[in-house]
Amino acid sequence: MAAPRVIVVGAGPAGTRAAEVLVAAGLRPVVIDEAADNGGQIYRRQPAGFRRRAEELYGTEAGRARAVHGAFSALRGRIEHWPQSLAWQLRDGTLQVERGGRAHRLDFDRIILATGATDRLLPIPGWTVPGTFSLGAAQIALKAQACAIGRRVIFLGSGPLLYLVAAQYVKAGAQVAAVLDTAPAAARRAALPLMAVRPSLLIKGAALLWRLKRAGVPVHHGVAPLRIEGDSRVSGLVFRDAAGREQRLEGDAVGMGWHLRAESQLADLAGCTFAFDEVSRQWLPRIDADGRSSVDGVYLAGDGVRLAGADAAELGGKLAARAVLQDLGLPPPAGIDAEQLRRSLARMERFRQGLAVAFPWPGDIIAKLSDDTLVCRCEAITAGTLRRSATALEAPEMNRAKAFTRVGMGRCQGRFCGIAGAEILAAARGEPMQAAGRIRSAAPVKPLAVAIEVETP
Amino acid sequence: MMGGAGPLLQRLDELVRPSVTLAVDGQVVTALEGDTVLTAVLLHGAALRQSEFGDGPRAGFCLMGACQDCWVWTEQGTRLRACSTPVTAGLRIVTREVPWPRLG
Ligand SMILES: Cc1cc2nc3c(=O)[nH]c(=O)nc-3n(C[C@H](O)[C@H](O)[C@H](O)COP(=O)(O)OP(=O)(O)OC[C@H]3O[C@@H](n4cnc5c(N)ncnc54)[C@H](O)[C@@H]3O)c2cc1C
Ligand code: FES
Repeated sequence: MAAPRVIVVGAGPAGTRAAEVLVAAGLRPVVIDEAADNGGQIYRRQPAGFRRRAEELYGTEAGRARAVHGAFSALRGRIEHWPQSLAWQLRDGTLQVERGGRAHRLDFDRIILATGATDRLLPIPGWTVPGTFSLGAAQIALKAQACAIGRRVIFLGSGPLLYLVAAQYVKAGAQVAAVLDTAPAAARRAALPLMAVRPSLLIKGAALLWRLKRAGVPVHHGVAPLRIEGDSRVSGLVFRDAAGREQRLEGDAVGMGWHLRAESQLADLAGCTFAFDEVSRQWLPRIDADGRSSVDGVYLAGDGVRLAGADAAELGGKLAARAVLQDLGLPPPAGIDAEQLRRSLARMERFRQGLAVAFPWPGDIIAKLSDDTLVCRCEAITAGTLRRSATALEAPEMNRAKAFTRVGMGRCQGRFCGIAGAEILAAARGEPMQAAGRIRSAAPVKPLAVAIEVETP
Repeated sequence: MMGGAGPLLQRLDELVRPSVTLAVDGQVVTALEGDTVLTAVLLHGAALRQSEFGDGPRAGFCLMGACQDCWVWTEQGTRLRACSTPVTAGLRIVTREVPWPRLG
């Protein structure tokens, strides 16, 4: 019998650990990633010819970054690595991939989706003005290009990445105008009991705040962003502080983001069942404790399904690969203690719940956005248009609203407007956000090169 | 049409790399090996493209291939995602879509 074909999509921490377990069991998985190199988001590699050391790039996570990079390097020759390859459709046991302008159809027995996450955004007036980037983008500019997004950067949002990226900018010598957190200061105190399960992370968080404080960076909690100013480039940001006063900050760049949004399109195309996750306020594919989805042969790991961070992504990758082996009737390699992995993941799940309490998604801010705010960057659709589709046209959920207004139909496919759009639609109808549903994914999950030649295997 | 006064991005490190020249809307732009097209353009100006909906210039947003707000075109009409395309010597790009691919 031929060896079963197992595909792993994503070469971040989750995909790397999944591939490692499969290889240890004697399989030769195909590992597909859109990026030129492995590492995923957190352990993203800098281009060849850059010389900064891991400590400069990854700070306290340098050791982990080295370990994950090393694990992937050790797999070379024992996996089929497809870098710069976009997995764009997944249906009925076949994955469609674009690589170098050519289309490939890959049949598989089992597939592990370790596709990670993107920034979760909410729109504010002026967020399309050049100089406004996502928080993740601000970090990528630094990590992968050794650039700052501006000369005087304003960071806005909520979540651990907000403080991390601001502190990384300070450390790299960039000027940070301020950190604006929409979460009230009291929220963090309320979250402490949950977050105490990972004391080392609490200490790292405190160290980031200390670095910002020492550098004299003002940190405001409980803000409401009002608008980003500037016509052809950012000139400042106006917000309402916790005391209700309007303040204006000078700056030529804004990095903004509210934690993460799972990249779950392939799971959706595969037909996986989703459920609304109250903690992260978004729809996530449903999995069992080890990562099995509702569709036979499709497994999920990492931030694309759990949103519990990089360490949890590694554990989830191992568990999903173990589940694949078990379902194929193959013995798992030595040293994989599933019970212990599940226990560790449960602890990280508690911490994730703590983060959601400490840095809540500000649904109330979105509900109050002015009618002329651009919600959809791709098709320039405003909050007012969405609201009218909710009331006048009676669009009960996002897919109807999409048909009426084109929201989520643009080239980002709703990655940056979908969650906020659902919030606006639901608020206009006086319903909870989950009632607005979620935009169904469409293939290709990202725009393909215009001319794509079809390869027959 | 690179827009605005001065660059959007600021280099902080990794200054010692071989240089690469490319053309942006016919103007010569010098970049460093390992730069993306987005980096190369935004180290000289403040825009990558104009929104098709008349709401002004855009300069990318996510830098990770998710938002598609950084499209530029080669002079031959091939679309490039500026944030995930490394610069190559002799690359000639335009920041407005070429209506039809030029043949021959
Ligand atoms: C921009 C950004 C920066 C972050 N920085 C940090 C940080 O500094 N510290 C921290 O603790 N957490 C950070 N996070 C959170 C972080 O994503 C994770 O905790 C960790 O990287 C998750 O690992 P993962 O393996 O699940 O996914 P990722 O590391 O995101 O890896 C997923 C991989 O899948 C690939 N992929 C996705 N879809 C496809 C497809 N259709 N076809 C082909 N390939 C695909 C991607 O290219 C990517 O390489 C960041 C998140 C983002 C979005
Ligand atoms: S900046 Fe988002 S895809 Fe390039």
